[in-house]
Amino acid sequence: MSDNSFLIKAENIHKSYRMGLADVNVLKGVDLTIKKGEFLAIIGSSGSGKSTLLHILGTLDRPDKGVVRYDGRDLSDCSNRELNKFRNKMVGFVFQFYHLLDELNVLENVFLPAMASKSILGWMRARRAAKTRAKELLSQFGLDARVGHKPFQLSGGERQRVAIGRALMNEPTVLLADEPTGNLDSETGNGILQVFEKLHKAGQTIVMVTHNQRIAKRAGRIVTLEDGKIRKI
Amino acid sequence: MYKAILAIRYLFKRRISYFSLAAVALCVFVVLVVITVLSGLTSEFKKNTYRSVGDCVISTKSLVGFPYYDEFISRLEKESIVQAASPVIKNYAMVKSTESLNGAPYIDRTLEVMGVEPITYSRVTGFADWLVYNKADAQKAFTQSYDANAPGCVMGIGFLFQRDSQGQYIIPDQKPTFKVEISCVPLTAKGALANVGTTVVNTKDFAFSDCAKSGISIDWKTIYLPFDQVQILCGMGMEPKRTNEIFIKFEPDVKLSAGCQRVSQLWRGFVEEKADARYANLLGKVKVQSWKIYSRDIVAVAETQQMLMIMCFAMIAVITVFIVFVVFYMIVSHKSKDIGILKSVGVSSGNILVLFLSFAFLVAVLGSIIGSLCGWQFLVYINQIEDCMFERFGIQLFDRTIYAIGDIPNVIDIKVLAGIIISAIATCLIGAVIPSWQAARLKPIETLQVNQL
Repeated sequence: MSDNSFLIKAENIHKSYRMGLADVNVLKGVDLTIKKGEFLAIIGSSGSGKSTLLHILGTLDRPDKGVVRYDGRDLSDCSNRELNKFRNKMVGFVFQFYHLLDELNVLENVFLPAMASKSILGWMRARRAAKTRAKELLSQFGLDARVGHKPFQLSGGERQRVAIGRALMNEPTVLLADEPTGNLDSETGNGILQVFEKLHKAGQTIVMVTHNQRIAKRAGRIVTLEDGKIRKI
Repeated sequence: MYKAILAIRYLFKRRISYFSLAAVALCVFVVLVVITVLSGLTSEFKKNTYRSVGDCVISTKSLVGFPYYDEFISRLEKESIVQAASPVIKNYAMVKSTESLNGAPYIDRTLEVMGVEPITYSRVTGFADWLVYNKADAQKAFTQSYDANAPGCVMGIGFLFQRDSQGQYIIPDQKPTFKVEISCVPLTAKGALANVGTTVVNTKDFAFSDCAKSGISIDWKTIYLPFDQVQILCGMGMEPKRTNEIFIKFEPDVKLSAGCQRVSQLWRGFVEEKADARYANLLGKVKVQSWKIYSRDIVAVAETQQMLMIMCFAMIAVITVFIVFVVFYMIVSHKSKDIGILKSVGVSSGNILVLFLSFAFLVAVLGSIIGSLCGWQFLVYINQIEDCMFERFGIQLFDRTIYAIGDIPNVIDIKVLAGIIISAIATCLIGAVIPSWQAARLKPIETLQVNQL
């Protein structure tokens, strides 16, 4: 851990997108720190830049200006290869629309991150352990009977739990969730939040983006993104 | 490993993949069938042409011919590279049959006469094998028993007998017995008419002794006669006796160009040596050529056809590249979400490129296998299919009454097949490389946005 004990520290993050002829400034100098083991909710209205910030924190996108430090290391210094490895090992993404691969079954979707980081020979050696880990995760989320099913055969809640299993496969230090209950009914969404709470209790760092105050209250800390900046921490 | 799994699943789970698979299979099928048939026809044609002249030809276009050929043949026969050499006289003659026996047709036309020594000519060419009634027995080529006064003649089978719809000549079991009257215009060594003031032409009766089936156009226009008889008919029999061609066959291990070079060298030396001999000027008009150059007028046609087909197939390859490009472009568009997901779990752009190129490779390999198997099966039954089409619909791919072929060639050349498969794979990879490159360059946040779904 770095000297100030923050796992992730974003400093003066700026990001703009080109929309037609105009540049839209989405993030206008965001400063944010996330401690290890923290469950943080980022709220804001639609289009406020919550997802953009989450993508920048998870290195799916690069800021136009500003620095993201992970465990004290400036991620802008990292090569693409290092960032790929970072996403594979350190970060787990959970998306609103689950984003499972239709061609893979539930078990394969879950162990995909383990498979993605290995060569064919490496995978041959690690396959058994990865499958065991994936099955354990699915069992933990009550999906034992769904191992061989395809995503289209699952309900929304089940798909999201599979996505969480995939995100946790490589035991990442931070889980980044983008509106994880946004596409679920309240009961199913509640089940997903319970999973997050359980993971948080087990020490998992979670950053969740939502536009819903009620859902955000389930997190340990809430920050609001407004007009491209963090309004309150 | 995920690349292999996903490439296989994309192939079998996506209906659109079947279009690219079908395009590749169809192209491989068409190219394999057409190349096999055309190459078969061309190579058979070349083989037959080669078997009609040997490896090397010493010839003059002059009907006067050239002298001292027997002396030069003796020298050639002492060369270790030469297996056999035979003098041939080619000329034109009026051929007329005065009687028609045993169903043989009445003949009255101009034909090419070839004066040959059957034994030596058979050593150089496939003459003995072409004989229908005295097969493989060149000694009997000009032997007939029904007219002791007339020398025998071997006629090209094409103008003697008709062909059935299968391309087979309808040959009577009993050898026809008839005579033909052959008239040639004899020329002196100086090129003047030999019989000026008398009858102008030399005429002699010949009795039909056999017919020859070479498989090329000479079957329709040539009549073979004993060499010495043609020499007399054409006025070449006076000393020094003349011929107008020498056909040479090299030993099997001799390279064509090397053999021809050696013969050219020998011929140049021979011409220099004979510089002061009588009618030495006739030797200067003689050329030494390989069989390919000698027969280029007819071989070039077949080769031009082959070249045109290759160009057509090059265009097919371009079309295939375009089809694969379009299909892959659509696949990448459909799979953009997958690309975002894969990148979110740490897959690099390079591996995305490899994934889609692996997919293209699979399409190419599987398409090639399907196309090759279908092509192979089609070729196995191509003659039966053609027979069936002819019997039911009267359609025949090659009219056997016109083309000198029996069965349609259907033997697949493994090298050709390998070339087609390698080309198909290269074509697919070329067609897929741009869409795959675009896939690799996609930004994950663009593909994972809600409005992209």
